[in-house]
Amino acid sequence: METIAPPTLNYLNNGHSLSSWLLTRDHKRIALLYLASITAFFFLGGFFALMIRLELLTPAADLVEPDTYNKLFTMHGVVMVFFFLIPSIPAVLGNFLIPIMIGAKDLAFPRINLLSWYIYVLGGLFTVVAAISGGVDTGWTFYAPYSTSASNSHVILAGVGIFITGFSSILTGLNFIVTVHRMRAPGLTWFRLPLFVWAHYATSLIMILGTPVIAITVLLVAVERGLHLGIFDPALGGDPILFQHLFWFYSHPAVYIMILPAMGVISELIQCFARKNIFGYAFVAFSSLAIAIIGFLVWGHHLFVSGQSTYAGLVFSIISMFVAIPSAVKVFNWTATLYKGSVSWDSPMLYAFGFIGLFTIGGLTGLFLATLGMDIHMHDTYFIIAHFHYVMVGGAIFGYLGGMHYWWPKITGRMYPEGWAKFACLNIFVGFNLTFFPQFVVGYLGMPRRYAMYAPEFQVYNVLSTAGATILGIGYLIPMVYFAWSLKNAPLAGPNPWGARGLEWEIPSPPPTENFATTPIVTHGTHQYAPSHEVGIV
Amino acid sequence: MRSALSEHVEKEQFPQYPAPVAIQPAGTGHAPHHPYLQHHFDNMAQQMEASTLGMWTFLVTEIMFFGGLFMAYLVYRHQSPQGFQEASHHLDVFWGTLNTALLIISSLTMALAVRAAQTSQKPKTQVMWLVSTMILGAGFLGIKAIEYTEKFRDHIVPGPYFHWEGLYPKPAEQFYSLYFAMTGLHALHMVIGLGIMTVITVMAWKKQFDGEYYTPVEVAGLYWHFVDIVWIFLFPLLYLIGRHYHAG
Amino acid sequence: MFTNFPFFPQQASEQAAQIDALYFFLLAVTGFFAVLVAVLVVVFAIKFRRKHDQEVGYPIHGSLALELLWTFIPLGITMVMFVWGAQVFFHMTRAPKNAMDIYIVGKQWMWKAQHMDGAREINELHVPIGRPVRLIMGSEDVIHSFFIPDFRVKADVVPGRYNHMWFTATQPGRFHIFCTQYCGTKHSAMIGWVTAMTPADYQTWLSGGSTGGSMSEAGAKLFTDLACVTCHMDNAQGRGPVLKGLYGKQVLVNNNQTVTFDDAYIRESILTPQAKVVAGFQPIMPTFQGLVTEEQLLQLIAYVKSLSDGSAQGVTAPATQAPSGQAGTPPEIKK
Repeated sequence: METIAPPTLNYLNNGHSLSSWLLTRDHKRIALLYLASITAFFFLGGFFALMIRLELLTPAADLVEPDTYNKLFTMHGVVMVFFFLIPSIPAVLGNFLIPIMIGAKDLAFPRINLLSWYIYVLGGLFTVVAAISGGVDTGWTFYAPYSTSASNSHVILAGVGIFITGFSSILTGLNFIVTVHRMRAPGLTWFRLPLFVWAHYATSLIMILGTPVIAITVLLVAVERGLHLGIFDPALGGDPILFQHLFWFYSHPAVYIMILPAMGVISELIQCFARKNIFGYAFVAFSSLAIAIIGFLVWGHHLFVSGQSTYAGLVFSIISMFVAIPSAVKVFNWTATLYKGSVSWDSPMLYAFGFIGLFTIGGLTGLFLATLGMDIHMHDTYFIIAHFHYVMVGGAIFGYLGGMHYWWPKITGRMYPEGWAKFACLNIFVGFNLTFFPQFVVGYLGMPRRYAMYAPEFQVYNVLSTAGATILGIGYLIPMVYFAWSLKNAPLAGPNPWGARGLEWEIPSPPPTENFATTPIVTHGTHQYAPSHEVGIV
Repeated sequence: MRSALSEHVEKEQFPQYPAPVAIQPAGTGHAPHHPYLQHHFDNMAQQMEASTLGMWTFLVTEIMFFGGLFMAYLVYRHQSPQGFQEASHHLDVFWGTLNTALLIISSLTMALAVRAAQTSQKPKTQVMWLVSTMILGAGFLGIKAIEYTEKFRDHIVPGPYFHWEGLYPKPAEQFYSLYFAMTGLHALHMVIGLGIMTVITVMAWKKQFDGEYYTPVEVAGLYWHFVDIVWIFLFPLLYLIGRHYHAG
Repeated sequence: MFTNFPFFPQQASEQAAQIDALYFFLLAVTGFFAVLVAVLVVVFAIKFRRKHDQEVGYPIHGSLALELLWTFIPLGITMVMFVWGAQVFFHMTRAPKNAMDIYIVGKQWMWKAQHMDGAREINELHVPIGRPVRLIMGSEDVIHSFFIPDFRVKADVVPGRYNHMWFTATQPGRFHIFCTQYCGTKHSAMIGWVTAMTPADYQTWLSGGSTGGSMSEAGAKLFTDLACVTCHMDNAQGRGPVLKGLYGKQVLVNNNQTVTFDDAYIRESILTPQAKVVAGFQPIMPTFQGLVTEEQLLQLIAYVKSLSDGSAQGVTAPATQAPSGQAGTPPEIKK
């Protein structure tokens, strides 16, 4: 690792005033603005999780009132889904890296990029105000008619927050799509794109097609609640199942918004840390598109016990089986990439290993739920909670942390302490599994979700889970400390501390504002390591 | 093992833009370029294509946005077809048809405005077409205001004061909820459209558009046509349920 | 706290064994692939660990054969899951014809059960073992869900419609009932117990408990009290259709649709009578929305049903009423 001094002028010191940050058009600075806000929301959502797990140490509702508990799990879900998981990788890593990875100076619409951050912050503010002024207690899924007619909490306020933030997602997706279509450097054909970019392209398709539907759904909930028009409440002439269809039409594809970018990160990590190009590039690239498209056709698997017709159930079940296949293809391709690679055990790679194992378990438990006869017993129990935390935390968050470690030297010019990073990764892995594996068991036993008090025979699993959550929480704090420490105290990283092959590793760390001194002309895909390939960047 | 795919890849053409302008490192001056070329684009053609693709992508999101309301309409009309028909007959087909005509003509004037900019016609001509479009759009909104006022007067605005004389009061209230939601959302888009058109008109008045740079007009045109097309769907679904032409 | 460390719910219904068999299959597949992937990753990570700083990996681009293999094998396995799951699902959603009906009404935050013979329970459900029981469930307010983990059965309880589920209890005992659709403040307190009893014990319990008549008797009384009988008479002279013998049949309604005369249609006709008026009749029936509770609706439905299964309790119209104007024609019955 060379310690080359960063160029005197880079994107970090190109302007120090507050307005040079808050009015920036530089995609890299906007990525850091997002990083600050999503980190804040992550710890807010994590605090709610801690309260939930503390309450669940005992079967009785003795730490908080049931009403408060209901608000805690609602706010945990709303904050984590809409304000952390959905933006995280695209808004931080995607914003920072996509222009660099395609040899461009910025995204297609830099001002829209900045606008999307402000919209995100505004939506977040509404939600924080809703939380402070008493909270929402509908669950993040705010099913009608409870949300429209029975809840006494700040449903409309929180709904407005979600509505507004949705536009942030839409604008980000729009920006990425146009950028990938129109801003690629000469020679950068689609099949030379990094898999990270393919993953974000597929994610952007979902963002632009799905998010408007949740916007309309939230709007209709607000209209029914505020004006008492009968849309979802049968007492007013509406149909509650219509709500579920409209809600899940977005919210199912939304989970693919959360996982696809992480899969893109893993593809990059595996290739770099095995020093080997991916096995089956086209299959991995197309599997991202397949997940995005098929993911729009499976929403009814959330309605298997709602009373929807048996035939609808059959259709959604079989298509849900299909959507699992491209994910399986990715897992096998990543594993095959390790074969005859040169595998380093640096901390980003440890996160990638963790991802592969945990995502496999999470994804396979999804098949339990797609299986009609099985879902009846498991629906709305802790089995579901365990399933989605395996894919969203074991999957998406591991991907996010792996990516943050991998690209930290590029973003900041500094290398974090590797020993602490490995320790934190292990800590998070152990804490995560201890938290969520017992939930599979207690879910099959019959413990329903969203319960402040539960039957005494479930206690032992809840105690294990809370112990795990404590370890996990500590694990998340450790990177905060060493990342912050590294900004001033860690050694300089140089342009390519990992010996990786990709456009982002050809420019200084931290990069200059305009990214490239001259537009690169690309003749190869990324991660070509074997001696027989030339490095093709001019 | 090299797959057939990678051979194909070597032959693929990448976009044929003119040679990119070399980027000057920061602080070393500025190569000459069109005054409206933004710095992260290589040339005007790329900027134009990016902007139009951006607007098309945005319009796709708008389709999904209105789509949710169309879905609710589908479900409730299927549930109470006669109720919806009865409710629809209370709408005034005259105003609806007139509005449709106004919007279609406004799309024509908009297309002519884009053409005027594209073929470098005089700024006054561009402004004339743009202002015509705005007048027609404002006329549409005026008629909508008349219609909405009539609904208030007839007590068929959903809510506590809704009162329906016909056979199917519940479906009628659902129909009018959807009527106000869908035409209201559409009218909101029209108002935003008028705002956009005002900005474009001012830019045209300041002689900013010609054959080399007319992207904002093109992009505004796409938006305007989209809002028009949404109305083309709304009109028959709301105004023409079960209507038959009576000759004589 | 550690007195019981259960790992598995009891198998207390005939369905439970089927569900558990499916579960073990899914568990085996999941376990196999999770272990396979984990072992491969660990083995490759160790075996191919970087030995020196300049080492790179071997350039392998892919293999079509492998891609097809690991696409179609998972596809095949998931299709087995789908078919097996669908079979179990069909079994679970089709109650046998001889199932004993019990009506459940969920309301914030309690469960009310009504047995056909009139016995009522709150947060308790007594059932006989060895006999299929079908629950017909409605909600008074928001969406709930009725879950008996030891039976492996669950269905949402949705306002505005009736959802069904059925089970056959196989062993006596007390088993949890949980509400599993979040419904507000006391969602986690909306719980109860199923008590499964031998048929003899169940009979004893039944005869000791119920006060008042059966559901259909209660429905008959309502039918008179609410004056339904003035239009829906036993003969074709009323302003409304004769209801005898119609249950389960196809009926022609006035916009040329045919509907099945079932629980949902009866409920809809009481609450929104204009929605589907029987062909040949005027849309003059008033609505009873707000005038009947969910339980009363179920009693009326039980009564109307009883008019079709030979155990009818006849209800005679008050003597003074003779309808003026048109007599209704009997509704067209499509067999």
